Amino acid sequence: MEHAVHISGLEKIFMVPEREAGLVAATKSLVRRQSREVRAVDGISFDIAPGEVVGFLGPNGAGKTTTLKMLSGLLYPTGGEARILGHAPSKREKAFLRRITLVMGNRNQLQWDLPALDSYELNRAIYRIPRADFTPMRDDLIELLDVGDLVRKPVRQLSLGERMKVEIVGALLHRPQVLFLDEPTIGLDVTMQKRIRSFVATYNERHGATVLLTSHYMADVQALCKRVVVIHHGRILFDGPLTGLADQFAAYKTIGVALADGHVDLDRYGEVLHRDGDWVTLRVPKAETSQVTARLLSEQSVLDLRIEDTPIEDVIELVFAQARSE
Amino acid sequence: MTVVPQAATLPQAGRIRSTADFYLTTMRLAVQEQFQYRTANYFFMFGMVAEPVIYLVVWTTIADQQGGSVQGFTAGYFAAYYIVWTLVRNMNIVFGAPYWEQRIREGDLAGALVRPLHPLHYDIAYFAGWKVVVIALWIPLAIGLALVFDPTLDPRPLEIAVFAVAIWGAYLLRTMFQSTLGMLCFWTTRGAAIFDLWMTLELLLSGRLVPLPLMPDWVQTISWFLPFQWAFYFPIESLVGDLSDAELARGLAFQLLWILIGLSLFKVAWRSAIRHFSAVGG
Repeated sequence: MEHAVHISGLEKIFMVPEREAGLVAATKSLVRRQSREVRAVDGISFDIAPGEVVGFLGPNGAGKTTTLKMLSGLLYPTGGEARILGHAPSKREKAFLRRITLVMGNRNQLQWDLPALDSYELNRAIYRIPRADFTPMRDDLIELLDVGDLVRKPVRQLSLGERMKVEIVGALLHRPQVLFLDEPTIGLDVTMQKRIRSFVATYNERHGATVLLTSHYMADVQALCKRVVVIHHGRILFDGPLTGLADQFAAYKTIGVALADGHVDLDRYGEVLHRDGDWVTLRVPKAETSQVTARLLSEQSVLDLRIEDTPIEDVIELVFAQARSE
Repeated sequence: MTVVPQAATLPQAGRIRSTADFYLTTMRLAVQEQFQYRTANYFFMFGMVAEPVIYLVVWTTIADQQGGSVQGFTAGYFAAYYIVWTLVRNMNIVFGAPYWEQRIREGDLAGALVRPLHPLHYDIAYFAGWKVVVIALWIPLAIGLALVFDPTLDPRPLEIAVFAVAIWGAYLLRTMFQSTLGMLCFWTTRGAAIFDLWMTLELLLSGRLVPLPLMPDWVQTISWFLPFQWAFYFPIESLVGDLSDAELARGLAFQLLWILIGLSLFKVAWRSAIRHFSAVGG
């Protein structure tokens, strides 16, 4: 089976001019300009199967957006190879551009002063979509995102969340097979985030689209992505199932326990994170979880007990913290 | 891993038909948008009229002082020249070179580049739609100026037809050269000096400041080898002047030649610029 996305040793190096502050440095830079090489993406490789939804995670400046821009043909890679649906993105062939979309959460692609419906007409013309196919596709997307009332208002009068929804409709009218979503829920309230999440999931199911998603909201990733790729300083730190991320990077689990006597000292079982009435939360080394649980059950009068993995936000934090210390 | 079957992309409409559809759709969009700003557009046009009215008053005064004409050009000719000037000047407003910087900086170019259509098509189509609004707004303004300044204008039907083509030729010609100049923005954020130099040359060598026959011979000679006069003096003169059929045909041919030269230069510059393009990554 051919991969929808194939990346091998992809790299992007920027030359960034730099100088010290002050007049002397400014004068020196007139004669001799100094620049520094920044390896924004440093030889990354991974594949994505058709229809797969993958979370692409990393802190600010990790290389996520640069990668997405290379995959959508906006940036020429310095080295390595990228193939999207068999196309080399850097060639920016029309056949390739008709099969992808890039949604950037902080960018507006619709006509600011006109209702979104007019911009959709423009997209229809740009993507050369026959009207017989365009109208049902548009109406379907409008219904899915529940934006029937919004698409008739000038875009400038919409709220950020409303704008994002009508923006997404516009980006999908040509029924792209690969979606690059760069922070599509940034700045949106929780309800709006949920709506967009469920929309992406539905679109993926209906059209079998491949999705590469970056987001700082772990709820987006947990809801949509079984697999995550973690990037830091332009290098891949992890590529695997979301659950595997915790297994690999989280050294601890948490045990929540409700006791008949809430005042018992539990320090000998693990680090007490907090107490809430009779409910106590302990942190224990992952390898000792079953042993500690058994001891708790046999030695204390336990009313309730829950073992949890480290929350994914904390795991990601751990991943980046480890990467920083290396 | 759950893999769902992948749906086919939507079918594609025919190339020529869809290109025409794109131009008409974009022009319609521009008309809608610019009619929303009709007041701003009118004030903009009023501001623009100040420039030719000053030239007109100066040349009319000189003509009156010299017994009714300057080098054979009467006050009526100057009135006609500068009234038609206002339309040609408006037709000459295109997506200007400096705006490429804004387009790059604000990320609009990135959005345009992930679409399967060259941004130049959009620029041409959008501004062409805007021209429809401009022409509609210009007509009452031109009538007002004609009532005040009494132009001498008696064109033949062929001259009117050539003028109707030439103003669009001027529009395309200037689009090509402004777009080519705009490619500088891919390398520098300080292109203003070059853009200003270009505008100054254009002002002097296009017939915008004065009708070209009033310029020194050497200026007229230089202007023959540059694109400027074909975007300004020729369209005006095709309606106001007394050009022969051969001169009218030659003018259109020169416009076409310069449009093709501009397009070729743009293509070369674009290829190089887009290789150089680096949107801010993160």
